[in-house]
Amino acid sequence: MEYFVTEIDRDGTVAVDDTILIKDYETKAGSHILDGFVPLFSGDAVERLLGAGYAVRGKTHTGEFGLDIAGETSYHGVCRKADGTLSTAAAEAVAAGVVRQALCVDVNGAPRRGAALSGVDFLKPTYGTVSRYGIIPTACSGEQVGVCAGDAESVKELLAVIAGHDGKDGTSLPAASYDYTADKTIAGLKIAVVQEYYDAAADEIKARLDAYIASLKEADAEVTMISLPDAKAYATAWQIMLSAETCNNISRYDGVKFGYRTPTYKDIDELYVNSRTEGLGFTAKANVLYGSDVLSKNQYLRCYDKSLRIRRLASEKMKEVFAAYDAVLCPVMRTASVEAYDTADTFERTQQELLFTAVPSLTGIPAMVTGGVQLWSAAFGESTLLSIAKAMEGRADK
Amino acid sequence: MKYEVVMGLETHVELETKSKIFCSCGGHSEADQPNDCVCPACCGMPGMLPVTNKHAVELAVKAGIMLNCHINQYATFDKKSYYYPDLPCAYQITQWFHPICTDGYVEVPTKYGTSRIGIKQIHMEEDAGKLVHDDWADVSYVDFNRTSVPLIEIVSRPDFRSAEEVLNYLEKLKAMFRFGGISECEEGAMRCDVNISICPEGSEELGVRSEIKNMSSLTAIERAIKYEVARHIDALERHTETLVQETRRWDDIKNRTFAMRNKETAADYRYFPDPNLMPIVVDDEWLASIREHMPATIEEKTAEYTDMGLSAQDIASLVSERKLCDIFDAVVADGRKPGDTAAWILTDCAGILRRSGKVIGELNIAPDDLSYIIGAVDEGKINRNVGKKVLSAVIEKGVSPEQYIKEQALDAKVDESLLLETVQKVLATETKAVGDYLGGKTKALQSLFGSCMKALRGKGDPAVIRELLEKEIEKLR
Repeated sequence: MEYFVTEIDRDGTVAVDDTILIKDYETKAGSHILDGFVPLFSGDAVERLLGAGYAVRGKTHTGEFGLDIAGETSYHGVCRKADGTLSTAAAEAVAAGVVRQALCVDVNGAPRRGAALSGVDFLKPTYGTVSRYGIIPTACSGEQVGVCAGDAESVKELLAVIAGHDGKDGTSLPAASYDYTADKTIAGLKIAVVQEYYDAAADEIKARLDAYIASLKEADAEVTMISLPDAKAYATAWQIMLSAETCNNISRYDGVKFGYRTPTYKDIDELYVNSRTEGLGFTAKANVLYGSDVLSKNQYLRCYDKSLRIRRLASEKMKEVFAAYDAVLCPVMRTASVEAYDTADTFERTQQELLFTAVPSLTGIPAMVTGGVQLWSAAFGESTLLSIAKAMEGRADK
Repeated sequence: MKYEVVMGLETHVELETKSKIFCSCGGHSEADQPNDCVCPACCGMPGMLPVTNKHAVELAVKAGIMLNCHINQYATFDKKSYYYPDLPCAYQITQWFHPICTDGYVEVPTKYGTSRIGIKQIHMEEDAGKLVHDDWADVSYVDFNRTSVPLIEIVSRPDFRSAEEVLNYLEKLKAMFRFGGISECEEGAMRCDVNISICPEGSEELGVRSEIKNMSSLTAIERAIKYEVARHIDALERHTETLVQETRRWDDIKNRTFAMRNKETAADYRYFPDPNLMPIVVDDEWLASIREHMPATIEEKTAEYTDMGLSAQDIASLVSERKLCDIFDAVVADGRKPGDTAAWILTDCAGILRRSGKVIGELNIAPDDLSYIIGAVDEGKINRNVGKKVLSAVIEKGVSPEQYIKEQALDAKVDESLLLETVQKVLATETKAVGDYLGGKTKALQSLFGSCMKALRGKGDPAVIRELLEKEIEKLR
């Protein structure tokens, strides 16, 4: 099984996905267009890992710019499980015990879906807690580095290492460090299940949620069904921002400065067009087109500006929800497995899956995948998520 | 028919900051080689993130205050997307939705009195890089030294009616910004787009507008305006062409404007707020502190110096350069007389600089050093001529005046007997000059005086020496 696009240190216990920069190691983010790009500096999260004595085993394959469902659009190779189905390389490397933990950039939920597919944990922390310095940028307003690991304690351990203020990132929050715990009491916690997400899931996922709800109740948590009537609008808003920001950020890959350059061009326009035509895959191109459209003069107010307003409404709605509940429980994807596909279908199917993962990206709240389900909390509620995950993992082990 | 010219200006001014607007690269003006002043951030390497230079924001706010603008306490940075090889990220960070300053004005002197030019807005943005074309090798090179240098763009209202107004406006901005420490406004650091249209005098309807892009010299701007006005009038009166709204560029060699290719101008810039940069919030406290530390205007300085009793000519020379005022103010604050200080700067310093082909604006002297020299002369420690000698050593060699006086033994306080001895020795040796003087050629005394000064190597009070000389030579009659 190929997990790594680049191997670094065979004794390393941590993997880093290939959208995170490590000085002097080629970084391609699953894209042909970044071939040969060797960064001059490491991501802040990587610096913190190395500073704390961790060694990096290697850089794992990722879908092109992390824009797909679970790594299927990588130019450099996809990661298949034993049964031939697909997962992200980072999650599989953790599941297979090749590494203890992995860092992954979560921008559209791919690492969360990967964790569910491989049966491991992934936590995307509150926006601004982990520096985004040194990651290949896509949608800057929602991307975060998260931690993938086999259990909640291991997630907590590494998250505490990488979280904290970084002056090189203008959106980094001021706290120098965070105290996380996975040992809060579960009894009495109020957990909301969102009807719209539950209904949209396939039966196998519904069954998984039902079992999780039953366990929570056994642990004396209070579970209530609630409604998010605008759930679809939240997902559309994030899709618009994700594509727009990604389109803008990846426009720097033009064949002029670094990465892939087409061998055939007559002038600068052809150099741009041919390099990008040959260097970008389908999903990236679809995002470029979609993103250009929603930012165009004619569409800006109707699409991008409206998405910014929906983001505010979603934040207000989530504040309301978390004033009444400690966490939200929902599916992370529609089904329990995906096939590899890299066609015109991908963009559409990714948009459909975004329904389940958009809100934490759009509003910056933390999201954790554990036991194949997804939990959200209010901003800075990571300890609540870790504690629920740990308690439920303990019950499953018995 | 008489026509009215209607013009508006977009003026880009480079801000005088120590580092670039979103990274810590130093001033590009000191770069010797292309791509000397670059880092992963201003080269657009993926993974870098911009962090706003607070000083740039302060300078933009100060410029806004100078131009009587409303300061927006909530401003945003936005991304403007377009492809060009000198733009490393394929987007420029600018202010599109919420600029830092809006709705101001500036008063511009003209032949007919004062015109008030409205300022629509001032926004901040980063500069792009520079392309260098090698036509022989058919290759273009990119230089990112200038990339991300902070700029403000001052957008005027269409209030200009003549080229004279435009030039006076630009001169006024330049003087204000240089004096206020906003921008050095050196060659190329101030660039201008002119929007121009023409209509019959008194007409309510505006004519077809053309925009002349990116001019950096006042003469080019003047000639371009004159050319465009003539072109528009020809089109209206003699139907030489049909005017269309378009962007044109000025060709300084061919002495005319050319329409730019539509492709270069028809871009949809797809503006949106930059999610990497938090909105700029200029809170009351910050704004108050900026207002409190506003540099004096040229008018305020002129009034201050008039009160000190300086001549109008000296004042004009001093306020022509902010740096001269700073030196002058510091020396006067140290207790030196304003009139004397002005003379030392504008006559003595200027003279020394002139010897090496420099102008007074290039004066680089620590106010403490100048004050020390003036003080030493005032106290009679050295005479004025020695003072000048010390001054040139300070300016040209950068020595410390105190140490120089000591090392060269220039101290004027010499023994009277040494002076007398020297005078007598000169009189004894230069018998011809003595004879000439006694014979009625009074000018000969000057040569004898010169010989005494030379023998004393500049030491001693010239007045005392002259007095001694006159007394001693009379004794020889």
